[in-house]
Amino acid sequence: MTERDSTTITVAFQEAPPRVNEWRRFWRVFLQRRIVIFGLVILFLLVFSAIFANVIAPHDPYIGILADSLQHPNSTYWLGTDIQGRDTLSRLIFGTRTALMVGFVTVGIAGVVGVGLGLIAGYFGGVASMIIMRIMDALMGFPMLILAMLFAAVLGGGIQNVVIALSIATVPGYARVMNGLTLSIRENDYIMAERAMGSSNARIMLSHILPNAIPPMIVLVTLQLGGIIMAEAALSFLGIGIKPPGAAWGAMVSDGYRYLSNNPTLSFAPGIAIMLVVFAFNMVGDGLRDALDPRLRGIL
Amino acid sequence: MTTYIIRRLLIALVVIIIVTLIVFFAIRLLPGDPLIIFLGQQATQGGISQDELEHLREVYGLNDPILVQYGNWVWGILRGDLGTSIYYHEDVGVLMGDRFPITLHLGILAFIINIVVGVLLGLAAAIRRGTWIDAVTTTLANIGVCIPVFWLAILMIYLFGLELRWLPIAGYTPPTKDFWLNTQQIIMPVFCMAVTMMATTARLSRSSMLEVTRQDYIRTAWSKGLSERTIIIRHALKNGLIPVITLLGIGLGMVFAGSVFVETIFAINGIGRLLVTSIFAQDYVVIQSSSLVIALIIILSNLLVDISYGWLDPRIRYG
Repeated sequence: MTERDSTTITVAFQEAPPRVNEWRRFWRVFLQRRIVIFGLVILFLLVFSAIFANVIAPHDPYIGILADSLQHPNSTYWLGTDIQGRDTLSRLIFGTRTALMVGFVTVGIAGVVGVGLGLIAGYFGGVASMIIMRIMDALMGFPMLILAMLFAAVLGGGIQNVVIALSIATVPGYARVMNGLTLSIRENDYIMAERAMGSSNARIMLSHILPNAIPPMIVLVTLQLGGIIMAEAALSFLGIGIKPPGAAWGAMVSDGYRYLSNNPTLSFAPGIAIMLVVFAFNMVGDGLRDALDPRLRGIL
Repeated sequence: MTTYIIRRLLIALVVIIIVTLIVFFAIRLLPGDPLIIFLGQQATQGGISQDELEHLREVYGLNDPILVQYGNWVWGILRGDLGTSIYYHEDVGVLMGDRFPITLHLGILAFIINIVVGVLLGLAAAIRRGTWIDAVTTTLANIGVCIPVFWLAILMIYLFGLELRWLPIAGYTPPTKDFWLNTQQIIMPVFCMAVTMMATTARLSRSSMLEVTRQDYIRTAWSKGLSERTIIIRHALKNGLIPVITLLGIGLGMVFAGSVFVETIFAINGIGRLLVTSIFAQDYVVIQSSSLVIALIIILSNLLVDISYGWLDPRIRYG
């Protein structure tokens, strides 16, 4: 008996994985690819310029000098001016604020609502799942952008309504992923053990299922941020998003379109800004996925 | 398999009913009275009496309780009557019938380009992993998914339309009328519509192929001494391309979403432009019906994708 015990102990000892510092491993994998670092740097710069927009913007983004209307890039106006004589660079910098704010607030709202719905549907199953997931399926029947367009039109534009429209359009994605995660986490032995010990449903959901679903959700949120910022730009481009004089990249592309032949920078510059943000979020999302849960490759 | 199909059909039916509810009740929240807006110009010109307004309201059924209006709307759709546009004064079915073939023409071409180029690039990148082919494809795909369609369209108009003067910057002539002009006109719109899809397809088929080539059975095939060609075509491709089928459903959504911008910018009278015009005209009849039709098409094609998925991959049907 004692002999067997000691062997089990040695075996267990031998099989124990080497101690790794999870946090250090995370950073090592996360920063492994140079493109991820590039994305991080861009994001850092964007967040910086969003926060300190009024300090770093060389000119007033809303009030232009009419005499300086439609200038080509020069030493005073690095990216030229629009028809009202407003500095394109300053509007771009202030546009970062709009883009990031819409992005973060939208994923915040849609993430919380979607994760909640997916968790409830996946955990309780049955009627709850039937009702929640079918509504999500129905919302997913529309292309995300068209759904956002419909709600933005119904609600009437403006930053607040754009956030609501984009949230409604992106909730189903979170709910569906969370539903799937909950279904698979629920089957684990430790959940059964919790239940056998008499834990309440709320406790199991919040302190056992939710924490295990957080890594993939972080990846999803990061990858979605780029898409949401792109969608906001698209709505503003069509004229049902951020209202003038608010600085929004999409609206700047569309304003500049009218003066395309003599001043293409007006349209091109904000487009490049949109691309950079989306690219940065995608790359950082890819890096997070590899570092947090490589199994998600190809799924998210 | 039959139970799987029946289950999927029932789910689709429920989803479609919910879609009609969303479309109807969400759009009815549109601010403003559509009749007043539409009659606005006439009212300022000659004026319209309260009685006439009431009469029109009655004609369009705007006085009925909302549930009755919903019932009438659904009943109309079941009979193939999509209603009459408030803005265009035309039957919505006719309006959409005129525009659908145009969107479909652009969309199908974009989709074919997407599948052919996207899958080939993805495959090449996966097979030659780590080489310059992989590096170039991955970079292009990563950039491709970030390009805003509306911006790409403007960029192309500037470059090929205004500077080089190679292509017309707007319009759509039916191919039956002038095939050559039509081809010139649709090159830019089709390319713009295809880019995001192509990048997504390339990324997906690359990662899915890499996943498959790591499987044991592929190693077995190698150790049997089969040629690379046989392994890829006969063994890897079959499983590697299953996830790509999902793109059929996603791609359709991208076609419609893309058509909104591409058709607006290139002044092409398709479904996407109709939707935008109706939103600005607050023509809820057209918005309701056209968004419903788009959702129906996507749900039904996703149903087909699901069924073919279950047929191709037994793990799903029993899952």
